[in-house]
Order: sequence, then C-alpha cells, then structure tokens
Amino acid sequence: MSPEHFAQLESALRQVTGFIYPNEVELHWSILIVIYPYITGLVAGAFILASLAKVFKVKDVQPTYRLALLTALAFLFVAPMPLQAHLGHPERAFEIFLTPNPSSAMAMFGFVYAWYLMLVLLLEIWFEYRADLVRWRHRSRGLKKLFYWLISLGSRDVSPEAVSFDHRAVYAITIVGIPSAFLLHGYVGFIFGSVKANPWWSSVLMPIVFLFSAIVSGISLVLLLYYVTTLMRGKKLDMNCLNALASFLLYVLIVDFSLESLDVIHRLYESEESIGILRELIASKLFISLTIVQILLGTIGPMLLLAVGRFWALPDELKRMAYFIAAIFVQVGIFSTRWNVVIGGQLFSKSLRGLTVYKLEVGGQEGLLTALGLLILPFVILFVLLKLLPPWDEARTDTEPANPQLA
Amino acid sequence: MPKTYERREFLADLAKIPCATLLLGVTGPLQALASEGGDYDPTEHYYAMGIQLDKCIGCGKCVQACKTENDVPEEPFYFRTWVERYIIYADGEVRVDSPEGGIKSFPPLEEEKQILRTFFVPKLCNHCDHPPCVQVCPVGATFKSQDGVVLVDSDYCIGCRYCIQACPYGARYLDPRSKTADKCTFCYHRITKGLLPACVEVCPTQARIFGELGKLSTPLNRMMRTSNIQVLKPHMNTEPKVFYSELDGEVR
Repeated sequence: MSPEHFAQLESALRQVTGFIYPNEVELHWSILIVIYPYITGLVAGAFILASLAKVFKVKDVQPTYRLALLTALAFLFVAPMPLQAHLGHPERAFEIFLTPNPSSAMAMFGFVYAWYLMLVLLLEIWFEYRADLVRWRHRSRGLKKLFYWLISLGSRDVSPEAVSFDHRAVYAITIVGIPSAFLLHGYVGFIFGSVKANPWWSSVLMPIVFLFSAIVSGISLVLLLYYVTTLMRGKKLDMNCLNALASFLLYVLIVDFSLESLDVIHRLYESEESIGILRELIASKLFISLTIVQILLGTIGPMLLLAVGRFWALPDELKRMAYFIAAIFVQVGIFSTRWNVVIGGQLFSKSLRGLTVYKLEVGGQEGLLTALGLLILPFVILFVLLKLLPPWDEARTDTEPANPQLA
Repeated sequence: MPKTYERREFLADLAKIPCATLLLGVTGPLQALASEGGDYDPTEHYYAMGIQLDKCIGCGKCVQACKTENDVPEEPFYFRTWVERYIIYADGEVRVDSPEGGIKSFPPLEEEKQILRTFFVPKLCNHCDHPPCVQVCPVGATFKSQDGVVLVDSDYCIGCRYCIQACPYGARYLDPRSKTADKCTFCYHRITKGLLPACVEVCPTQARIFGELGKLSTPLNRMMRTSNIQVLKPHMNTEPKVFYSELDGEVR
C-alpha cells in the first residue's frame, strides 16, 4: 500500500464527473493491457501476411515471407510479458496451466499461446530454415556453429527430397497456422467481447474487429520493416512487393473500417440503456484518441494515402513515401484502437451515470517506461533473430555449398 | 414388606444432581467447540439478503461495521458494502451520490431545484446464483460455495482482475495489501456460526434482513411474501440473491 497510490486515487476521485460506484475509482487494466492486444495483433497479422505468400501463392509479397515469420516470432515472445507484469501475483501465473477454470475465457490464453508458439510458428520457421541452418553450420565456426547445430537439431540432409519435404511441411503448417492465427487474436477479442457487464466491450463483433485490425497492423508493420531493413542494407526496394503490400493493406483497412462503422451504427440505432454514457464518453474522454487519432489519422488518412499511391500515376519514390507514411499512421491508429477499447471501456461507470479518468504513471510496474520497454523489446529480439537467421535472399544464395556432398 | 427409602440412599441421589450439572457444564462448551469446526453443513443452507429500501435512513453504520468487521482498507476506494443516495428532481433529472461510500452518512441537501423524491440504496455483492465473476476467474480462485455464497480464495487469486471487470455491480476491488480480489462474503466467518452479518447486526432500522432461501417462517421469507421484490440489473441474468423491496426504476 503506497501513499502515492492513494494520492493518485484521491486525484482521480476529484476528477470524476457524475456518479461512479465507489470501487470504480481505481482503474484496473492499465497501459500494459493495452499493449497485450496490440502485440498479439501484430503477431497474428504478420503471420497472415506470411501465409499469403505461402498458401495463396501471392508471388509479389514473397520477399517479406521470412521477415514476416521472424517478426511474428519476436512479438510472440513478448506477448505474454505485459500480462505477467500486470498480475497482482505473477508468481502464481502457472496456476492457469495447472488448474485452469474451463469456463474462463482467460484461462485458455496459455494453451492458445503455447499451441501457436510451439506448433505453428516455431515448427514453420524450423522447416523453412532447416536446409539453410545445415548450410550455415558448415560455414560458421565456434559458438555460431554450435548454435546452428543445436537449432537444426542435428539435421544434415539437404537432398532435393528432404528440401521438398520441408516445403510440403511448411505448406501444411501454414494451412493449420491460418486458423490458429485467427484463433489467437479472435480469442483476445473474445476476452473483451464476452464481458456482458461492460456495454463498450460486450459485442459479438469484437473478435472479428480485433482480427481485421490485427491483419491491418501486421501488414503495415512488415511493410515498415521491409522498407527500413532493405534501405539499411543498401538494397533496392522491390516496387511490386510494396505495391502488393499497399493493396492488401488498403483492402483490409476498408474491411476493418466497415466493421467498426457497423458496430457504431448498430449501437446508435439500437440505442440501448448505455448509449447516453457511451456518447458522452466518445464526445469527451475519447474524442482525441478515437475521433482524431484512430479514425481520422489512423484509418481515413492512410486509406487516402494508400489509394493515391496505388491508383494515381505517381513516380515510384512518391508512392513509396505515401505507403511508408500510411503504414506509420496505421500503427498509431491501431495502438489507439487498443487504447480506446481497453482504457475506454473502463472510463465510464457500470452505473452508466458517470465518467472517471486514467492517469498514466511514468515509472512503476504499470507505468509508461515499462510499456515503452515492452514495445521496444520485440524489435531488439527481431534484430537478434535477423542476425542469426537472416531472411534475405542473398543470405541463402551466398551460403550455397560449393559441393553439395559436404552437406 | 415395602421397600423404605433410607436416608443414606436419599443423600446419595441428592449428590447426583450437582454432579450431573457439573458434567453438563463441562461437556456443553466442548460440544459447542466441536460443532464450530466440523458440524457446519453448507448443504443445509442457502443464504440470501433482503433490503427494505423504505427503511434505510442512510446512516452508514453498515458501511462502518463492515469495514471494521472485515478489515477492509479504510481508504474510500474499497468497499464491501456502501450506500447510495438518489435525488430525483421534479424536472426528471437524477443525481446520485455516495460520499466515501456513505460511511459518514450524507450531507444535507441544499438544493434550489424542486425535489420529487429521494431515497437511499445499500449495495453489496449480490452473491449471484449465476455469477459472471466465477465464470471468468482463470484459476477458479473465486467460487460459489454450496451454501450459495460467492467467495474468493486469496491464497489462490493471481490478481488478474478479470472478475472485477466482469462484475456488473462494482462490488469487487483489489485489496492493495494482498493484491488479490476481495468482496463481501456475507460475513462468512459469522454466518457459519449462526451469527448475522455485521451490516445486518448494526442496522438500526432493520432495513437489512439476512436469511435463507427456501426456509419458511423467517423474516426474509415474510419480506419476500409481503413486498414487491426486485433485483439489480435483472437483464444481466446473474440471478442476484440480494432482494430489494420498493426498488426504484432509477437504481442501477
């Protein structure tokens, strides 16, 4: 019990408008719970982009395939961290695995996560990289050699039959992976959408909206990473690839925006008991983060930029710039989408008679610094992954052994 | 020859009386002690509470008693029970307040506008028969006991706060000391000994009636027979076991 905590609650209490239940002064799900759906969304979205290349044979996005897989993996490692850090008793978290309550949506997280990490992502990456790991092992020395030997699990066969088996395995895993990625993020949406006590969350559309916003965020992140990593390596951007990414991003953004609009129109038209307080919420507390950032800056702006870049006869450089800026705005928009769901859903009282405030701390377990750390960490992990498992084409051709017998 | 009652026998019989009394005096408390631990059978009870709103005077004694009895943090952000005041104006506007949960009662009304009606509403965990908090707890730390009381195992709670989000009534809080979810237990430590919950015990107007469902000839049963009974947020289908008489439509 820290005096600062009480002082903060005191100050929140003074800023309450209308009536809230006395226990509602403390806002329970902080910025860490905003980050959790943001990161899992990026995982699911990046994976779905990867599956476009593999299963749907979209040749143009092929250059991003491995990058997308590694991005998904880097973010998936971090996904459970904000949840863990948020718990009152992190040391008891394993109870979710040992004695899960089968009726709890949250209890399933561990299993969905483990399934996705172990059986989908790691397996797919392993088969995708196996032949390269064998070649890299031969080329490296010392610790790196040991590392490649370890993660290739001692595998040494790079015969055409073995490589062809790898391809078939990757294809099969991706087919299982698409519904799994849908499950992972649809499930996160269900955690919120199934809370009947909260009219802002309780919506059958929530898992679907989460899913499409996940795909939007994943594609835009991989676009940004492809752009930056290619330029940093001094290589030429594949304009066909960027155009294809921009097209997909635009289409999914349109679907996502339509679904969210449907949700709003549905609420307004049904005009249930909660509509008064929700209107007030949108008009006051969420005006900047919802209307300005999420809708105008994060959705309509990028849609226009992408449409202009895609359909107007512009020089490639301008197109690229339009895509890049659009992708950045999309990231900001999706982050505020998560904010508006998680924080927005706690800013009004379940008595439907008043609004409260959320004060973001800077330090502390659930503060801004922890949040920033958790947002930067996946990029650090990705950097290491890119060094160890370079996804670039030249990394594969460079290491082609002169004598295949060696392998 | 008829048997005569000899003086010696009479005295011996007389001595048995204090001995028996003494024996009973020793075994009585022992029996009571034994029944405290082991003889309580939760399957024989099904607890509920009735609140007669026309009797509540908003004195806040129940809030105070609850905090004291259950060691609820004294800061005004943690309540197992609280009292709300509803002020309904002639123009239809509704104002609700609950300063510090009503623990120090309520300040007098100094209103310019004409008031149509005012009343107090004590609130607490509804011990729902179909509790959403129990449904969502990922580890089963919050559960419905056989006697119908919704409880939290603080040694098991992981502090995820999903139950707090799932409660439609704002009845739960995170205890800042234990970092686990907490809420009204109907004073489980008292009711299993046959005592009343602290809030019921201290209510000066008997606005709160504690009892059991399905038991006839009890004050709760009489209240439910003779009053119009409502529960909070019935559309949530949580099936609350806190029953209100004379509940106003404005109360949420």
